[in-house]
Amino acid sequence: MTIVFKALAGRILNALRDLAPIIVVIAFFQFVVLQQPFPNLGDTLVGLVCVVLGLALFIHGLESGLFPLGEAIAQAFAKKSSVVALLSFAFCLGFGTTVAEPALMAVATEAANVVAQAGLITDSENVRASYAFSLRIVVALSVGTAVVIGVFRILKGWPIHVMIISGYVIVTCLTFFAPREIIGIAYDSGGVTTSTITVPLLTALGVGLATSIRGRNPMVDGFGLIAFASISPMIFVLVYGMVT
Amino acid sequence: MNLLLELAYSLGSTLRDVVPIVVILVVFQVLVLRQRLPRLKQIVGGFVLVVLGLSLFLVGLNDALFPIGETMAAQLTSSSMADSVSQVRWMDYMMVYAFAASIGFATAVAEPALIAVSMKAQTASGGMIDAWGLRIAVAFGAAIGVSLGCFRIVTGTPLQWYIMGIYVVVMILSIFSNRTILPLAYDSGGVTTSTVTVPVVAALGLGLASNVPGRSPLVDGFGLIAFTCAFPIMTVLGYSLIVSRLPKRKGDQSGSEE
Repeated sequence: MTIVFKALAGRILNALRDLAPIIVVIAFFQFVVLQQPFPNLGDTLVGLVCVVLGLALFIHGLESGLFPLGEAIAQAFAKKSSVVALLSFAFCLGFGTTVAEPALMAVATEAANVVAQAGLITDSENVRASYAFSLRIVVALSVGTAVVIGVFRILKGWPIHVMIISGYVIVTCLTFFAPREIIGIAYDSGGVTTSTITVPLLTALGVGLATSIRGRNPMVDGFGLIAFASISPMIFVLVYGMVT
Repeated sequence: MNLLLELAYSLGSTLRDVVPIVVILVVFQVLVLRQRLPRLKQIVGGFVLVVLGLSLFLVGLNDALFPIGETMAAQLTSSSMADSVSQVRWMDYMMVYAFAASIGFATAVAEPALIAVSMKAQTASGGMIDAWGLRIAVAFGAAIGVSLGCFRIVTGTPLQWYIMGIYVVVMILSIFSNRTILPLAYDSGGVTTSTVTVPVVAALGLGLASNVPGRSPLVDGFGLIAFTCAFPIMTVLGYSLIVSRLPKRKGDQSGSEE
């Protein structure tokens, strides 16, 4: 019991350290720059306790649950050695975690408003809703594809910089042809797709695969799944903007 | 109590995010892998902790940090507005850039996804990469990214030229960097923009774009996330270049083939 308590106390201290910069920045700008007192100090303190406890629990669960899970799955797939099964799992994971992502829903709704205001689509409730919905599907498809490509790269041991730089070149070329209004949304869509639960799972999966497959290095081959998942939505959304 | 209600709501929405993952995992487990996962009990327990922790974290953020951060962003962006001046001068927004840089840094340090990746990087590299050092490097990148992104919104210069410039720098740095750091560096971009960073940064961009004369939130409000995503790649590559140039520490056994 004492061991658990000690571990948790350590995690709480770490969480406090992780959150200290935010507290300092907000306090500094509130008191020194804006020169205002804190609104509802009591609520804020309760909130801070929640944040610290939550972060400590999350990190503990990460080490005992999410990381071992990703590794176990990677090992199981490596033992099974069915590329089709692995790649379809990769696609489902990418698509499934993205399609319901709240941050993506928010961006898609905003995007529909921008495009409607620019006159690219008819400005009506239905048209905007269907535009936002298909945008979400497009981004989810792109993340699914990205994870498939990323996992395939780990299997083959391809150099990542060649692929990422080609991605940049494609994004750059597409930017010239895409409607101006969609560019900002497309660039932002890359960042919003990877959620806090997906990231550790994908990372553990990639590193686990690279560790289980002979001739692969966890550093050189294991990382990079997130990178693909952040570039491909830009490409897909730019193309989507061009064809609609 | 109000807090408990909020927690229940947050738990519900986190669970909704987790359901697709669990369904996919179970389906593949039952239909394809068909073998017992080792340490299943511990994994399930950890998963529960992750969901609980994340919900609690989000409730706290919504109660304590996001409201203040958002009002702060709104006040700073409107108070620095030079009224009666028709010409927007980028120097008038110094305080906004300072706030952008510090909040970008601070939110990146607190980002759970980044903590996860840096922990994994430290173990996967056998301690070669220091988790804390990596996070500081990413946080500096986020700081530069958010403040430069604010500068772009104030000046109204085209987003794509900045992004292309960033791409060119990343390409050049990629050529000189060690192959072992590249995947991690590319990952660090997407990792930075998650739970904590996106709402604060988006509020800042929106506030700035609606308060600076001549900017529209719909057109100019976007792009800050892309900046926050792109700069950590540069700073992580830069950090690794600096570290590799420093006198080698003891027990340094990097796997570089060059």
